[in-house]
Amino acid sequence: MTHVAVIDYGMGNLHSVAKAIEHAGQQAAVPLQVSVTSAPEILRSADRLVFPGVGAMRDCMAEIRRLCIDEILREQVKLKPVLAICVGMQALLQRSEENGGVPCIGLFAGQVKRFADHQLDHAGAELKVPHMGWNRVRQTREHPLWAGIPDNDYFYFVHSYYAAPDAPNEIAGLSEYPTPFCAALTHKNVFAVQFHPEKSQRNGLQLYRNFLSWDGQA
Amino acid sequence: MSLAKRIIPCLDCDNGRVVKGVKFVDIRDAGDPVEISKRYCDQGADEITFLDITASSGERSTTIHTVEAIASQVFIPLTVGGGIRKLQDIRNMLNAGADKVGINTSAVLNPEFVREASDRFGSQCIVVAIDTKCVSKPGEPKRWEIFTHGGRNPTGLEAIAWARKMVDYGAGEILLTSMDRDGTRSGFDLELNRAISEAVTVPVIASGGVGNLQDLVDGILIGKADAVLAASIFHFGQFTIPQAKQYMRERGIEMR
Repeated sequence: MTHVAVIDYGMGNLHSVAKAIEHAGQQAAVPLQVSVTSAPEILRSADRLVFPGVGAMRDCMAEIRRLCIDEILREQVKLKPVLAICVGMQALLQRSEENGGVPCIGLFAGQVKRFADHQLDHAGAELKVPHMGWNRVRQTREHPLWAGIPDNDYFYFVHSYYAAPDAPNEIAGLSEYPTPFCAALTHKNVFAVQFHPEKSQRNGLQLYRNFLSWDGQA
Repeated sequence: MSLAKRIIPCLDCDNGRVVKGVKFVDIRDAGDPVEISKRYCDQGADEITFLDITASSGERSTTIHTVEAIASQVFIPLTVGGGIRKLQDIRNMLNAGADKVGINTSAVLNPEFVREASDRFGSQCIVVAIDTKCVSKPGEPKRWEIFTHGGRNPTGLEAIAWARKMVDYGAGEILLTSMDRDGTRSGFDLELNRAISEAVTVPVIASGGVGNLQDLVDGILIGKADAVLAASIFHFGQFTIPQAKQYMRERGIEMR
């Protein structure tokens, strides 16, 4: 029985993340327990952690600190696979420029930046912010979490900010809007994605299945 | 390579069944919402929109159960609209598994509700639905006005200014329905779509009037919509989603 804990720090609804993991577990015939929790003892005893996030970074980081999720993550990434999603991914960098500048957890060197307004696509149409919808992800390195997912295929995004890591070799996937930005980031036990696997149909469920069988690299 | 345009099948639901009317009346039964959602998802729909048109609010629990059932089987974004009046309604729908909620009449009655909702839940999950009709006479400059209660009540609000205001208040997306076209299968109101899409910074979903696949193409290429919403052409088997995507792709539109 694999125990997956979805870290709940009160920001947004984690129902769809938990449901998608359960569905992926059924597809892969992996006996699974999924908890949605902020309880430190459960986060420490779980086999795998999923760190989602929705909403404004200042509010997210305030809750993450209040619940000591930052400390738990720093310690647990050494021990087990962690999948971070959307604002969860962004929170792993050092600082976000959202809300006038917010210090973040700092597991990855780099910043979180906002898409510029009034950028044009290749056809000259103005790009809207948030970047919302299905975009392609180019897999810039091989990784067990990309197994069975076609390169340059679509995932669902909803965000106005993106991670800009300092170390290019930590980037696992790039998307374009209109210039390339980091869609996936990895280091040792951590795989972090800007898109929402739980909303990305086939490819997203495949990524969750891959996560359930990934041993991590620490 | 860029962001794909989206096809969004819309399920108008009355007391747990998918229905579809013409110009908001003459309702036909089109089936079970969970089965239909799953079929559209498997066919490659980019999102699902579920509009609860149940008249009595006493039936709201049916809607929550239906949303829960859809959300446990459909792993694409799900928007739920209809009867969203309080922050608690939004919380209930998000907890049931919706990703976004559509706010319509309540935004007109109390625009601050949109601000409160986006502050609390994030603008990414707040879709403001705008139902509008052309009220200018032939020969006059075009003017569209906002209507509520399924098109029965005029509000005096002008549509372009209203759309801008809703985005200022935190709408993350605009679902724009032409009530002149809804259910008529005569195509989107392209002039309306283009005017709103060029006026706001957030994505606009064109809705109301799709009768064939060229209408979808026109909505994006001429109406400048980011997504197209349709019901009848899919519900009654006239076209499938893969057919629609193929047709749009062949006309140069980026589709998933």
